[in-house]
Amino acid sequence: MNRSSAPRWALQRIDTGTLLLAAAALVVVAVSLSATAMAGLRDPATAFGFGVLVAVGELTRMTLPGNREVAPISSAGALGYTFVLTVAGVPAVHSATQVISVCALATLLGALPHLVVNRGPHLDAVARRLLVVALVAVVYRPFLEWARPLEHHVWVAIAAMAVLATLVWLADCVIAAGLRADALRARFGVTVRDELRAQAPIGVAVATSGVLLALSASVMGLIALVVFSAPLLVTHVAFRRYAEIRLTYAQTVRALSRVTEVGGYVENGHSRRVSQLAVMVGRDLGLREAELLDLEYAALMHDIGQLSLPRPIPGGATVLAAREEQVRIAELGASVIQQTGVLDRVAEMVRRQSDPAAGRAEDGPPPLGSRIIKAANAFDDLVGGSRDRDRAAAVIERLRLDSRCEYDPRVIEALERVHDRPPRRV
Amino acid sequence: MRGLPLGAQAYIGSVVVLSGVLIALGPLDDIDFIAVVSIAILFFIAEEVRTPLGKPAAAISPSLSVALASVVLTGPIGAALVHVLAALSNRHRPMVKAVFNVAQGALSAYAAGTVYLYLGGEIGVPDIRSFPWILVPFAAAAVTYALVNGVLVILVIWLTTGVRPFSLNTIRWQPLIALELASLGYGMLGLFAAVLWAIVGPFSVVLLLLPLLIAKWTLDQCLEQQRAYDATVATLCQAVETKDYYTRGHCMRVSQGSVLLAKEIGMRADRVEAIKMAGMLHDVGKLGVPTRVLQKPGALTEEEYAAIQLHPMRGYDIVREIGFLHEALAGIMHHHERMDGRGYPMGLAGKEIPEFARAIAVADAFDSMTSTRSYRNARSIDEAVAELRRSAGSHFDTAMVDAFIKAIRREGWELPDIPQVPDIGIEVTQQDHDDPSTPIRVAGEPGR
Repeated sequence: MNRSSAPRWALQRIDTGTLLLAAAALVVVAVSLSATAMAGLRDPATAFGFGVLVAVGELTRMTLPGNREVAPISSAGALGYTFVLTVAGVPAVHSATQVISVCALATLLGALPHLVVNRGPHLDAVARRLLVVALVAVVYRPFLEWARPLEHHVWVAIAAMAVLATLVWLADCVIAAGLRADALRARFGVTVRDELRAQAPIGVAVATSGVLLALSASVMGLIALVVFSAPLLVTHVAFRRYAEIRLTYAQTVRALSRVTEVGGYVENGHSRRVSQLAVMVGRDLGLREAELLDLEYAALMHDIGQLSLPRPIPGGATVLAAREEQVRIAELGASVIQQTGVLDRVAEMVRRQSDPAAGRAEDGPPPLGSRIIKAANAFDDLVGGSRDRDRAAAVIERLRLDSRCEYDPRVIEALERVHDRPPRRV
Repeated sequence: MRGLPLGAQAYIGSVVVLSGVLIALGPLDDIDFIAVVSIAILFFIAEEVRTPLGKPAAAISPSLSVALASVVLTGPIGAALVHVLAALSNRHRPMVKAVFNVAQGALSAYAAGTVYLYLGGEIGVPDIRSFPWILVPFAAAAVTYALVNGVLVILVIWLTTGVRPFSLNTIRWQPLIALELASLGYGMLGLFAAVLWAIVGPFSVVLLLLPLLIAKWTLDQCLEQQRAYDATVATLCQAVETKDYYTRGHCMRVSQGSVLLAKEIGMRADRVEAIKMAGMLHDVGKLGVPTRVLQKPGALTEEEYAAIQLHPMRGYDIVREIGFLHEALAGIMHHHERMDGRGYPMGLAGKEIPEFARAIAVADAFDSMTSTRSYRNARSIDEAVAELRRSAGSHFDTAMVDAFIKAIRREGWELPDIPQVPDIGIEVTQQDHDDPSTPIRVAGEPGR
């Protein structure tokens, strides 16, 4: 329609944190490049060998669950180039600035094919990758020169590698978590824990491979780069497969949750709206990533029990149906989900979705997920796809009046908060 | 041991005794025992990291690289000892299996070490000057290890179960070669681990194994997710069918039938996986057809028939966002096309119809005919086969029909249970759009 809207929107997506990060990376790279240009390139063969590895790694980058872009082979290659002590017996004397320059150029080279087909890397991810290298190189390369005359300098160097790799991994996770907390409006403490959990296996694989590459190049020269990338390659394939299947799983549940709409049981887009709202509320209340995924699935499938009804409820709005009917739909839906044998927590959320916040008689209060779905479902049943803010505000007011016994007041407060602010990227 | 055939007992006994004797006889003085113990620990860890690759029980394990590293670092006797030591902590298998496994491993390593020495390999940490000539004895050692290992294992399987593990014409070469190459790759890693030993000792193998451990852990998670995924899709598809007593389980059976057919015509494994999903999901769009139409006893009006004709498109609409399903999508959308072009929704003809759709159409119709419907009892398999043959060429792809019939003749076909429909108050479907032997009646037309 109007062509100018797309780029403006794209600009808005880049938040301040990412911009700062990218600017920092750019400055570091520019300084390093000019320093390297003045000092001249030391040992071009080694630089070329590791550079190729970094470029290949950038070319084969992937997206892990949670929209986390990683390039393990590139990161390991860059770490290896930073850590390398000697190359086939000859001391490696390249400076920190040379490490940064080589990695930056190689990254650009590896990203080029992606850029050509308009699939450039995430700005924050690529900036973080470069800054991590810069941080390690600036500390390690001078340290290595200091340690080289020591008797057991290999072990001193290995200890330094381990400490540095761990520290820089922590820093990277914290920065990524900060950006994520800002972008998704999640709690910082929660995103840090999510990030550490998600990045731990890949971090260990990258760090050990980096050390391995550096040490093996010392004995065998550059041929080691080919050989010792093999274990990392196996890991890379495994991670990629995992990411693929997680994505397919999520896409499938999202798609199949629409059968209730196609069958005329609920309004168009109802399941998806409820799940989006539920996830936003859950995030506001500090749920972890794994819990949010369960919540999303439960919200998507909360009406699946209606498939067992002989006739659709008029308009599909369960909030208007009789209490017994609501309970029956919830039970039916939960028993369907239970049959998968793997979604027990999701089934429980669906089963208790119509319970009042205080719980029914002996069961105790329903899980937080159920309370969130109950509120999100009621909100969407009453507001629908309408964008009218007054109507939404009136609905929230009505839910609040009900919140003494029906709805959880905390959930309603969170619902109001997430509804008041403009939507941002997910 | 008891309960095994006599030949097997003798065989296992002699392998164990032979390996014991060889270790006892060999010169034990110049073995680096610290290296042997640390390698044994690594070997044990590596053995735990068996990496499943694909479906056939092919599990390659990085322990091979550790075994070959031990050959280079400690020689034939040392390598045999590594196997024995590593087995001390084995707790998975029954006793006989564990003992035999240790003995055959020790024998393989001993043979590999002997070949390595014979071809001029030197024991101890190799340095950069040994390259590239060290590759010759090392490769020979790797091949010897794999060969001796393979022969010993095949013999024990043959003697204990009486099953010949494979004969030359049923053996699948492609996965076997892939497996051997992977093993050789791991073997090479063993050599390089030995080289790295020069600077960091056993730590080198730890560095090598950590990424592999993580890969293994990730692949386990993949399997778990895959299982969860399959279960979830199956459950959701069945949920779509619960309303209709007569079609319950239809999606599962069509999925199984499509997979049989796909395998019969030699589809690649990833496409078989996709057609399994397509078969499962082929009728999700049926929910969009008003219940009133499905339950109408008499002839349908044009509009009502149009509603039925729309269901493949509805199904496509639902699942098109699932990224990996590209080819499966075409299968779902076109599973009611006919070879003569009189099908729906697009009226494609002949080879214009995607392969998946031609396959699913056959399995779909076959299951419909062999299931009980409200208006008729289930047909026998023979009747359904005859009907498929009769419609081959006009309705179905003849090649697909032939392959399907061949596959079910060989593998068998599980007929659905006769549905228990409560008598009162339940309205049931009166027509089945999948049933080619009883076409849907449309008012003013002579059947379709």
